Amino acid sequence: MAETEKMIFPAQLHQTADGGIVVSKLDEMINWARSNSLWPLVFGTSCCAIEMMSAADAKYDWSRFGFEVARATPRQADLIIVAGTIVMKMAPVLKRLYDQMPDPKYVIAMGACTISGGPFFYNTYSVVKGVDHVIPVDVYIPGCPPRPEALLHAMITLQEKIKHETYFGKTKESGK
Amino acid sequence: MTNETVRQQLTEKFGEQLTEWEEQFGLLTFTAPAEMNLKVIQHLYDDESLRFRFLTDLTGVHYPERKGEELCVVYHLHNLVDNIRLRFKIYVPSEKPDVYTITQRFSTANWMERETYDFFGINFIGHPNLIRILNVDEMDYFPMRKEYEMEDPTRRDKDNEMFGR
Ligand code: SF4
Repeated sequence: MAETEKMIFPAQLHQTADGGIVVSKLDEMINWARSNSLWPLVFGTSCCAIEMMSAADAKYDWSRFGFEVARATPRQADLIIVAGTIVMKMAPVLKRLYDQMPDPKYVIAMGACTISGGPFFYNTYSVVKGVDHVIPVDVYIPGCPPRPEALLHAMITLQEKIKHETYFGKTKESGK
Repeated sequence: MTNETVRQQLTEKFGEQLTEWEEQFGLLTFTAPAEMNLKVIQHLYDDESLRFRFLTDLTGVHYPERKGEELCVVYHLHNLVDNIRLRFKIYVPSEKPDVYTITQRFSTANWMERETYDFFGINFIGHPNLIRILNVDEMDYFPMRKEYEMEDPTRRDKDNEMFGR
């Protein structure tokens, strides 16, 4: 998909005498709908969460891209932004939240902590060294903390990823 | 009421048992024998003029160089009427770190003592639920004790060049 087509409705209009018919692919319609209404879960465990909050506020306003409202229950969320350090005690809770989210669900690992343990990589007794030990991650954002623009970029990258899915959860490129 | 009058009143009541008087940054500090912690706190609470009725903080410190009394419990108390604070310490050996709980006097000490137990392994006798609070339950050591080797200052795997910067 070309850069300029990103936000365009994935269909063609065929003019007929009494109006027209829209022709599209089911996959593309579903992906279009899903990628433009990703609701994140309210989940922040430390400093990165502050940046995540500002990405949601009026200045950066992630609603512009379809992230709309953060939901306080995993049952209504499509996306979990892991914003902050995950400690051993938090890991089972995170797993449980992830398990409670309905499919399809996506994960953004925000910040050095969630990628590798970040500043707590060395000599720690309590920090999980990367959230991908616990749940599968779709997009990683480096930074400590990443700026809200970086988060928005990651979220839009995720939308791109979703647009390349097929209905049964396989991606076109990798075919996995 | 000043630090001086608090000190005077406490010395009148407990005499020589209170030691190591200090006034760092204007904060009155003293030490009592471990088994007297409840008595001292009760007196500070009940006395009509002292009125130290708010427990600001309770934590532990490990002093490996104080042989025979390595572990310390620190109480920070606040008199909210006269706005005066004090710090009060007791020391216990790390082989037998038994301290009486003060949860009967301050309910807020419940979580604070659990945290102190969690990180320093201090055993608060009489605590209603002395289990770990912040660390995982399976942990079998007390992480804030100075029993673990310091990081090797000569290690090079944390240098910037190792990260391609
Ligand atoms: S990556 Fe940095 S800013 Fe983000 S949670 Fe970790 S320490 Fe905080």
